[in-house]
Amino acid sequence: MRHSTQAQAGTQAQIVTQQRISAEIAARHAHYDSRVEAGAVRLDSPLLDFDPYRSSILRHPTKNPQLVDPETIELASPAFGQRDVAAVEADLTIQHAGEPLGERMTVSGRVLDGDGRPVRHQLVEIWQANSSGRYIHQRDQHPAPLDPNFTGAGRCITDDDGGYSFTTVKPGAYPWKNHVNAWRPAHIHFSVFGTAFTQRLVTQMYFPNDPLFALDPIYQSIPDQAARDRLVSRYDHNSSVSEWSLGYRWDIVLTGARATWFEPEGSDA
Amino acid sequence: MSSSPGPTPGQTVGPFFRYGVEFAGGEHLVPEGSPGSVRLYGTVFDGAGAPVPDAFLEIWQTDASGAVPGVEGSFHRDGETFTGWGRVPTTDSGEFEFFTVEPGSGFFAVVLFARGLMDRLHTRVYLPERADDPFLASLGADDRATLVAERTPTGLRRDIRMQGEGETVFLAFR
Repeated sequence: MRHSTQAQAGTQAQIVTQQRISAEIAARHAHYDSRVEAGAVRLDSPLLDFDPYRSSILRHPTKNPQLVDPETIELASPAFGQRDVAAVEADLTIQHAGEPLGERMTVSGRVLDGDGRPVRHQLVEIWQANSSGRYIHQRDQHPAPLDPNFTGAGRCITDDDGGYSFTTVKPGAYPWKNHVNAWRPAHIHFSVFGTAFTQRLVTQMYFPNDPLFALDPIYQSIPDQAARDRLVSRYDHNSSVSEWSLGYRWDIVLTGARATWFEPEGSDA
Repeated sequence: MSSSPGPTPGQTVGPFFRYGVEFAGGEHLVPEGSPGSVRLYGTVFDGAGAPVPDAFLEIWQTDASGAVPGVEGSFHRDGETFTGWGRVPTTDSGEFEFFTVEPGSGFFAVVLFARGLMDRLHTRVYLPERADDPFLASLGADDRATLVAERTPTGLRRDIRMQGEGETVFLAFR
């Protein structure tokens, strides 16, 4: 595994700087851009083999996915409804005795299939750091304060129009150990079901104009700028509530696990 | 106005998904030990052969007769309704298990998420008696073997290997 050996040796032998990670990202993007210029199909998905994100090195398949016709169960999706999710679970600011610290916000939008049809009455789940950038997860050692009034997990069922809406606080940026001085842009994890299990998606929603975008190997694992942009929510003043909360809008489009993996030349894949 | 945007890309679930996705009874599509039930279990391995302790799996399946369930109730298991869907995080030693019934369709649809994995991976786990399935038959023997469960004294076992020797066949859909 050429990538693995190089990167692992790097982690052990020298400090991995942001400069180095950024150079690796730039090289991978340049390669993608040249492939597209030469006529390759644009990618809507991240590269699974993307070693600037060090944890991916041993966790990506090296074989191309097997192309298959979806059968029986894969053409349907699990059903969720009021038996599963209570309406209050969409408000992450009322789960405790007091209110969480931070910038109160709503994020709302629609879940659509690839033809623009609403994904109705389907499950949307989110989880996130608190406003200080700390996850409640016990393995999170970031020395930022936990908030006794914030867990950071919510769920809802989409309405007749495919619409969802959560009330929460804006998550803080989060430091991690991929390299020295590595910071994740503020994000909310979204888990979404479509009308078929092939459309199952877990992703991250970001906030407009984050200065950390260019530096983040997870966000940049999506080599296509237009596709990356689709993970960024939009500030929507019409969704803001006077003297109460700021509004963000973000739509999700589910087309399924298509055969679009991209094997760069010279890859060990 | 959102003007027909393209597909939304996936992103890794990261290390801290557990409090967001885990729920009581996630692995119990049917109560453990109920008539006709089976344990589906295995270990998730990375490319170095190390178990993956920060992954989660979902299965989605027909009932024993081959019918696609269309009922709610996965998050509040009542012990009777078969919803066909389960979700479980791997243990510290990379293991997972579900208690369910053998799908009449012959396979479990499986989707894998993990820290370090940029996007979800779809696969299938076939019952050993269905190894003559046309899709399986179209694969080479080594690849086919990664998709078929082994019947053991304690259930159906299928390990998932994300990379390298014995790498699981993952799926893209037409």
